[in-house]
Amino acid sequence: MKPASDSRSRPAGVSEAASRSRPANALLARNEPMVWLTGGGLVVGLLMVVTLVAFVFWQGLVTFWPGPVVALRTVDGAVAMGEVTRTELYAPDPTQVAAFGPEASAAAAAEMAAGDGRVRRRLVRTGNFELSGEHFRWVEDFRLAAGGEERPVGAYVFERTAWGRFYGVPEAVVDGEKVLATDPAVIAALLRETPSDAEAPAVRVRTGDGATADLPLATIVRCYPANRLSAAGRTGVYLSRWREFLTAEPREANSEGGVFPAIFGTVVMTLAMTLLVVPFGVMAALYLREYATQGWLTSIVRISINNLAGVPSIVFGVFGLGFFSYIVGGGIDTLFFADKLPNPTFGTGGIMWASLTLALLTLPVVIVATEEALAAVPTSMREGSYACGATQWQTIRRVVLPRAMPGVMTGAILAMARGAGEVAPLMLVGAVKLAPELPVDLHFPYLHPERSFMHLGFHIYDLGFQSQNSEAAKPMVFTTTMLLMSIVLLLNGAAIWFRTRMGRGSSGSKF
Amino acid sequence: MTQPAVSPRPDRLAAIAAGEVVPAVVHPELAGEAAVLEVDKFSLWYGAKRVLYDIDLAIPKGRVTALIGPSGCGKSTLLRGVNRMNDLIDGVRTTGDMRLAGDSIYGRGVDVIELRRRMGMVFQKSNPFPMSIRDNVTYALQINGERNRTVLESVCRRALEGAALWDEVHDRLGESGLGLSGGQQQRLCIARAIAAEPEVLLMDEPCSALDPIATSRVEELILALRGEYTVLIVTHNMQQASRVSDFTAFMYLGQVVEYGPTARLFTNPRLRETEDYITGRFG
Repeated sequence: MKPASDSRSRPAGVSEAASRSRPANALLARNEPMVWLTGGGLVVGLLMVVTLVAFVFWQGLVTFWPGPVVALRTVDGAVAMGEVTRTELYAPDPTQVAAFGPEASAAAAAEMAAGDGRVRRRLVRTGNFELSGEHFRWVEDFRLAAGGEERPVGAYVFERTAWGRFYGVPEAVVDGEKVLATDPAVIAALLRETPSDAEAPAVRVRTGDGATADLPLATIVRCYPANRLSAAGRTGVYLSRWREFLTAEPREANSEGGVFPAIFGTVVMTLAMTLLVVPFGVMAALYLREYATQGWLTSIVRISINNLAGVPSIVFGVFGLGFFSYIVGGGIDTLFFADKLPNPTFGTGGIMWASLTLALLTLPVVIVATEEALAAVPTSMREGSYACGATQWQTIRRVVLPRAMPGVMTGAILAMARGAGEVAPLMLVGAVKLAPELPVDLHFPYLHPERSFMHLGFHIYDLGFQSQNSEAAKPMVFTTTMLLMSIVLLLNGAAIWFRTRMGRGSSGSKF
Repeated sequence: MTQPAVSPRPDRLAAIAAGEVVPAVVHPELAGEAAVLEVDKFSLWYGAKRVLYDIDLAIPKGRVTALIGPSGCGKSTLLRGVNRMNDLIDGVRTTGDMRLAGDSIYGRGVDVIELRRRMGMVFQKSNPFPMSIRDNVTYALQINGERNRTVLESVCRRALEGAALWDEVHDRLGESGLGLSGGQQQRLCIARAIAAEPEVLLMDEPCSALDPIATSRVEELILALRGEYTVLIVTHNMQQASRVSDFTAFMYLGQVVEYGPTARLFTNPRLRETEDYITGRFG
């Protein structure tokens, strides 16, 4: 803002009126509008980015925080026990309201009169799918019985390997029909140590509706007394959920559990892509800038490369599937894996084909960045090398490339960022909803480039729009998005660190 | 005034400007010198534009020879013609030849890389490579395949001492050459140029980007190199030419006008035109 204040200052003695009577272009001449205009552009851009990132991170961070368990008893006697996930105001349909009985109708009318014709309702995650056939239930406030809202002290949240969450008050430890213990302290101690051994195979839990269910301890992933937890206890649950998210495999159709295979797949795929695209891009740029005679042909090639950057990524996906998977992969299969046909080995989507496809997609970025870096190497440096009797290749390898390296790395970083965030082509060439085996493991031959893989970007799409239990998966969308953004940031940070280390001493282009 | 004055020809510069080839006036002192570099009827064109006109010049061995003349007279082009740096520019055509110790420079089948290894060059702007000081100095040897550390170390030391830079950088040879000051960078480039013991050292206005103190250091260095190396230096600065060189060639519009011992050329030129240029009456 310094130039603005400088330009605003007037020489002493010039009155306000005199300055106002200046010609119309005086303001522009004073530079101030352009400072505000350009600064405004920057602020708008920054605001959008910050809003998006802040929203994603806020939503992503609160997802795993354990909330209280409420029991909502309605006038018809039903009890919805669970965690409130959403609260909203809506205008109810009068006939629907009437169906709930006179007591509820009166309450609804009073609430609508007090507000602007809308009533409040809450979405309760009730869980207990095997008993109720639903994961979530809407509860309108006007339907609540008098004193129908409470936080049962003994209520537990059970996270299980199947059927989603279970909400209820544990009553006993049972083995089949045999009751082993009913003392709440014993049960609590037992549950604190889950998953437990076979000594006490199940815990009998009473739901809010009064039904009971026996939950085998082996199926319980995590459980906690939601309304009795201290702040430290909540933090413990929160951290334990994060640990599971980052290190475990997904369960419950990806809506629960971790995303480790997706993290692994994303990182491996991005690194493989970078390793593939940088050498090719640098070679192409070297030929184009150092060896080729500049003319209309090189101009056409450059324009084509720039246009390649504008091709929709799904087109690259189609190409990757058609060329890499079917033609190249199919060829490899007929040559080397004929005994497994018609089951494809390489002839289908896989992490190698995905990396190659994305390498193709990001090639223009690397070529353009490298070319610019090469062009920025001063002619005097090349001449100095030639004057020492260096050949062209010696000059390129020892003088031009080291000098252009920071620029090349910048290209690689841009390519990495672009490639890590790309989803559409991956859906065609190897990213899958659930990949039980990682592309790198401890079984010979350790690298399995033909395997399909999980990818965080695809995982986001799958969670948000392909999940059967989308209400439960929705919070995971934000957490996964946050994770993907963090990983891209981390990869870029590593590349920038690497560039600084490598380019130390040689001044070059920086961001 | 022992030499008889050449018949005055006031229209000599006009004739050169008209594209006529006017033979240079060469002082007889040069006949007694052994030439290491001979320029033989050398002409050069940038596309359709002729820049050098049938230049004949013999550069004496172990001496410092300066090329002076107004901007655009072709002195830098001539210098860059010696190690064929003009090859790197599109549309350059040459006729005539040069010979380095009798070996043709522009003949058929000449290995340009090999030829350049026999010369060193220092440029107008210092151009150290993005590598350590040590690697900068020994660059010519390294690309020639020299791997022996002892050899490289001794060459590095000798070249840096030759370039009067050793005392300043001997404790940081592993650091980047780009971290040196402007004057140090230029002396580093001189060290690089003399590391491979060149038969001719070409200097293209080596001080034009330096401050006066750095300039005087480089000039002292050139004086110190005299005798050991043959130096061909292009300079804009007449005082510099008179300070550092043994012989001076005055060029004008692509032709050598007068060529002789520096002392004579500056104090008692044979040609009126040279005197006019040296005294600043034109140029």
